[in-house]
Formats: sequence, structure tokens, C-alpha cells
Amino acid sequence: MNLFKSFLLIPFSAKAGLSVIMIYLFVAIFAPVIAPYSETEVLGAAYEMWSDKHLLGTDSLGRDMLSRLIFGARNTVGIALAAVGLAFIIGGSTGMLAAILGGWYDIIISRVVDVVMAIPSLVFALLILTVLGTSIPVLILVIAVLDCTRVYRITRAAAMNIVVLEYVEAARLRGEGFWWVIRKEILPNIMAPLLAEFGLRFCFVFLFIAALSFLGLGIQPPTADWGSMVKDNATLINYGDITPLLPAAAIAILTVAVNFVVDWLLHRSSGLVDIA
Amino acid sequence: MLNLLKVIGQRIALGLMTLFVVSLIIASIVELLPGDITQAILGQSATPETVAAFRAELGIDRPAHIRYLEWLKGMATGDMGKSLANKREISDLVGARLSNTLFLGGFAAAIAVPLSLILGLLAALYRNTIFDRGVNLFTLTSISFPEFFVAYILILLLAVKAGWFPGISNVSTDLNLSEKLFRTLLPAMTLTLVVVAHMMRMTRAAIINLLASDYIEMARLKGVRPIRVILYHALPNAWGPIVNVIALNLAYLVVGVVIVEVVFVYPGLGQLLVDSVSKRDVPVVQACSMIFAGVYILLNLVADIVSVVTNPRLLHPR
Repeated sequence: MNLFKSFLLIPFSAKAGLSVIMIYLFVAIFAPVIAPYSETEVLGAAYEMWSDKHLLGTDSLGRDMLSRLIFGARNTVGIALAAVGLAFIIGGSTGMLAAILGGWYDIIISRVVDVVMAIPSLVFALLILTVLGTSIPVLILVIAVLDCTRVYRITRAAAMNIVVLEYVEAARLRGEGFWWVIRKEILPNIMAPLLAEFGLRFCFVFLFIAALSFLGLGIQPPTADWGSMVKDNATLINYGDITPLLPAAAIAILTVAVNFVVDWLLHRSSGLVDIA
Repeated sequence: MLNLLKVIGQRIALGLMTLFVVSLIIASIVELLPGDITQAILGQSATPETVAAFRAELGIDRPAHIRYLEWLKGMATGDMGKSLANKREISDLVGARLSNTLFLGGFAAAIAVPLSLILGLLAALYRNTIFDRGVNLFTLTSISFPEFFVAYILILLLAVKAGWFPGISNVSTDLNLSEKLFRTLLPAMTLTLVVVAHMMRMTRAAIINLLASDYIEMARLKGVRPIRVILYHALPNAWGPIVNVIALNLAYLVVGVVIVEVVFVYPGLGQLLVDSVSKRDVPVVQACSMIFAGVYILLNLVADIVSVVTNPRLLHPR
């Protein structure tokens, strides 16, 4: 009840954004229940029109478009979440250590991060995927490594401001352990900017995976994925059919929704966010 | 003045250093090629001898540092080696495509930069009005759209439904300029829509930031018109961050063309890169990546230097 009340208090754009995210999560989790057919089964002729049997028609191989769209939510969003999560684990822990330890550790890691950030990420990802081949674990790892740089910077900057404060010093002096200080004193105070950054990173990674899949280098067929679905069915656009745009719209709507929520989070915690 | 030159020199040295490290990374990627991948490139029927010959062609059989130095020398002198797929000189493949990509990027920049400046200034002038909110909503949405979505919407509306523009931008060197501009208008518009949002938001933010300062208050109190306050009082001090953002977005433009080129089948460097990646044509991928990374680092360097030159406070750190 309390949760519901506080939901009503937030601005409309954030409310809409949160609702959209909830719907996507619901679809992603219950994909096998909702989808009328399987994501990989060939059911009819290629490029069938919209009909009662196939609500959104069939794709270039005759698979049900709607089912692939629904399963795509699971695959595309799931991989993006995994990549961002890994990026936060790597970037967050190194950034936190850099802020606390300082000195040589900080200098070396920061220089490495500078260099990685100087490489255009799409080019770097293409290069790695050429050599290692495309598979989902490689994809997640490459994106996490490319993206943990920004997480590192923002965590380090935010934690730096907290580490020097008196209450952290007090906790240290009264003999609290290293991890206790991180968990109880520092983390709660940098949560707001990190949460907003998580949203922004998610949008970025999500669009990045979509771009890679669109180029045929992301999630591999027959797994349903929104980026490759656009690419595979793009010829239909030349006949004025909007079906191939639906997966792209699905990507766009989710990113807009997340951006709305992030905008609200940043607004609420403003002052803390400009340090990066 | 001497101080300024020193700082600029430092930044250039740092840029060169980054370029060097990036070249090391790009060159050493081949080291990661496991044996079974060379087999995958050559096909199932490859004998151990052909694999060995292939590795010799890539030069993997020789010591790494010698190969790196040769590759670096080749990149600097324009001899980038041969493509694995069709044995052609990479410099032949790259030349025309690089100029096509730069043409597209330049065209998009020529539309995007003035447009975003004007929109940003107007949004700052009419801040917190319906116009400002509308522009804000529009930019927030266009940031969230994948490039290919924007591209296909434009194709659907302007090429397929309306039939005004060609949906595929096949340009060749024998076209005259106006024809070339006409054919690249749709990809340029796509890129414009993608980068305008960010540049415009930063322009607006940079000016609004300044509007809170005392000298602007003074100008306003003595009765200067709002448009004059923004153009003559605020803008000169906002150039630093604005130019910085423009350079960063140009860097993005040059790399972001990859997807747009694929959508519009535009014969640029990005298309070559993607084709070579799917063919596993390692030397071409290396050469293209190096060029992209070089341009990207160069533009970032320009952004860095501009922000130092326009903000003297950065000359005296701490």
C-alpha cells in the first residue's frame, strides 16, 4: 500500500516509464506462456501478411513474428541486463577500491581506463568479435569490459567525495572492517548516482547490442533478437510494410521509458550527479 | 602564452601516446587468433600445411614485436598489406571509401551543427515554455532511438511512401556534387537526427548555466533585451563547452556512420569494416579499426585542446 502511494506521487513521465518497464519485464519472464508459438519453429510461408493465425505475420523464414517479438524481449533485455550487471561489478569494485586506496593503484587503473575510453567502442567490439567469434558469453564479456570504464569513473568520483567525510573517518577509527565501511558508510551514499547511471548504461548497452545484432554480429540465429529481426526482414520496408519496424520500436520504447525514469532519478538526486 | 603552448603540447603528447597504445592493442588482437579459428576461416578441408601457410601469410610465425613494427611502418606509409579475401591491396580498398565516409560525416555535420546551435539558443531563450518542453521531449526520444530505427522510418516515409529520395545511396566518383548530395541526403538526415539531440541539450545547458551569474543579472537589470543578453553576453563564455561537445559528436559521427552506411548500402569505410568482420578478413579489419580509432582520437584531442584554449582556468590546475 505504501509502495502504491509513493508510486502515485511521482511525475507522470516517470510513472509511464516505470509502467512500461514493468510490462517488458512481465513479457520477458512469462514469454513461453504468452507467446502463441515457439521462437524457432517454421510455421508457414515466408513473409505472410498479418492474419488471425499469425497476428503480425511471419518472418523471412516463416516463423511467427509475434512469438519472436515476445521471446526477443527475454533474449535482448536479458543479455543487456547481464552485460550491465557485469560492467557494474567490475567497474564498481575497481572504482571503489581506487577511491579508498588511492595512490599507485588509482593512478594505474585510471590511465588504463583513459586508454580504453579512447577507443571507439563499436570498432573495438567488431575487432574482438572478428577474432573470438560471436557467442553470447563473449558478447556479454566484451560489452561489460567496454562499459565498465564509465562505471569506474562515476563510482570513483562519487566515492571520493564520501571517503573524505568525517563519519567514514570515525567508522575507521573505531575499528570497523574494510568491507563494513564500504557496505554501511559509502555504498548507501553513492546509491543515487549509481542507480541513475545503471539506467543510462542499460540504455546504452541495449542500443549497442541491438546495433551489433543488426550488423549480424550480436545474438546469433535462430535465437530471436530484436536487432537481427529488423535486419532479416528489412526488405519488407521497401513494400511499405511496417512489420520490420516493430522490433525497432520495441527497442525504442523501452529506452525512452528507462530514460524517463532516469531523468526523474537525476532530478530527484541532482547535485550529486554533476561530479562525473 | 608559453603556459598555453606547454599544456597543448602535453595534450598532443598524451593523444599520440593513446594512439600508440591503441595501435598496440589492435595489432596484438591477431595474437588471440586460436588455431581452430584459422581453420574456421580457411574452411573444414584445410590441411595442417595450408593452416601453416595461412599463419605465415598473416605473419604469425614471426616474432610479435618485429611484426608490430612492420605493421606500424606500413600503416604510416600507406602500405596496409593485402586483403585475405580477395588479395587486393588494402590501401586501394580503403582510399575511395574513406573519402565517401568523410563526405557523409561532413555533410551531416554541416546540417547538424548550425541546427543544434540554433535550437539550443532558442530553447535557452524560451526556457521552461512549451517550446522548450517540446524540444526537450523530442531530443530525449531521439537519443533513445536506435540509428537503424530512425533510418528505416525515414526510408519508409520519404523514400517508399513519398518517393522523394532513393532508399539506397549508391554513390560513385563520377557523380557531380549536387547528385551526390541528393543521394546522401537520407543517411545524412539520419545522422543529424541522432547527434542533434545531444549537441542541442549541451548548448542549452551551457547557456542556462551562465544565465545564473552576476554579470548576466547586471545586463538584464540595465534593460538589455533577452536575445541580446544571450547572444552577446552569455554565448561568448559558453563557446568552450559547446565546441567541446561539437568535437565529441563529430567523433561520434565518424564512428556512428557504420550502421547508417549498412542500412543505406553506402560504399563507405564502415560498410567495408562490417563486411570484413563477417568474412573474418583480419588485416582489413585491423586497418579500418586503426583509421576509425585514429580519427576518433584526433577529434577528441581537438575537443580537449579547444576546452583548454577557451577556458584559461584549466591552465592552472589546482
